[in-house]
Amino acid sequence: MTEIALAIVLGCCALGAGIAMIAGIGPAIGEGYAVAKSCEAIGRQPESRGEVTSTMIMGCAIAETTGLYALVVAILLIFVAPGSMTAVITNLGK
Amino acid sequence: MTEKKRPSRAVDVLLILMMVLPLITAVVLNVLTAPAKEGIVIEGARVYYSANPDADLSQVFSTDFILTDAQINSWLVMISITGLCLFLTHGLQEHAVTVRQHIAEWIVEKVEGLVRANMGDFHVQSFSAFVCAVLGLSVFSSLMSLLGVFAPTSDLSVVGGWALLVFLVITGYKACCGPRIYVRTFTSDGAVVAALNVIGEVATPISMAFRHYGNVMSGAVIAVLVSAFLQWLSSVLLGWLPGVLGEIPFLQVGLPAILSVYFDLFSGALQAYIFSMLTMLYVSGGFPLEEYIKRHSHAEKSSVLAA
Repeated sequence: MTEIALAIVLGCCALGAGIAMIAGIGPAIGEGYAVAKSCEAIGRQPESRGEVTSTMIMGCAIAETTGLYALVVAILLIFVAPGSMTAVITNLGK
Repeated sequence: MTEKKRPSRAVDVLLILMMVLPLITAVVLNVLTAPAKEGIVIEGARVYYSANPDADLSQVFSTDFILTDAQINSWLVMISITGLCLFLTHGLQEHAVTVRQHIAEWIVEKVEGLVRANMGDFHVQSFSAFVCAVLGLSVFSSLMSLLGVFAPTSDLSVVGGWALLVFLVITGYKACCGPRIYVRTFTSDGAVVAALNVIGEVATPISMAFRHYGNVMSGAVIAVLVSAFLQWLSSVLLGWLPGVLGEIPFLQVGLPAILSVYFDLFSGALQAYIFSMLTMLYVSGGFPLEEYIKRHSHAEKSSVLAA
């Protein structure tokens, strides 16, 4: 019984990590939009290249935050959750 | 004729040693204590010392005191940066003659320009040193991975500590005109928005820590995955070569180095820039400048009147 429970938990951890990384779509679209707009801005006013680029990098970094939350959740699910869940389940089995 | 005074050589050697020795110590410690790795191994900071090895680490609030290589490396980086600063500012003269004085002046001018552009003239005096310290510590901590040792910034605890410090600075500057003004920054737009504002305020240090940690950590994870894949690929493609030749992973040459240029150099420097930039923006955005100037000038007037 304990083995089946362990297998289910480990499988769900891996599945959850994969599902969590779907969140990567959001920042990708957002950053692509930001870069496209800043390219347009540089095309219109080439002399403002420096300021536009640094502002764009700041915006991209902030837009990237949600993707990084997903990454941290996925890393926790892969590397941390299996260990602690295994400990919990083996304690329950005793 | 005035003779140009040169900084003394003996102190220079000592300061250079202060810069280099911590880095060598980190590499030697890493080489001596690292276990042999096979295949894909992605691990956090290694524990050097644990006061209570039997403690249950799966609990969030463990009573154990542990010393990891992230902590040790970050202290070594701090010592090294202190040595660098002392070296650059050793033997300063009114008219710069040495290269190092030009470099030091260039750093100070650049950081003051950055702070002035982002926070305004009011904060330049008080904030340039702090911003430069955050920037330098973050850059050099991320670059530690070039030496092959564990970069302190890929440990959430280290970056979380920095983010907590920055959060304290932000809150201190927001609340410098008394608690009434501080509370008003949350409640000025109604009760529902106030709750959201509080959540957003609490999220500030978390998002700053996760952003920095996630970027550096993801680079490390991708580097390990790619080099493990290349090892597997070369054992499949070139495994038929006789003897030792078949065991050498030739395909691992090159590509990991190009990845390292992006993930270690570019991403590390960029995250340091973003971290210090956000610090500046949050502080200058939350600081009630007009109120502060009003009170300050009022206090000066009243003290003048009292005198």
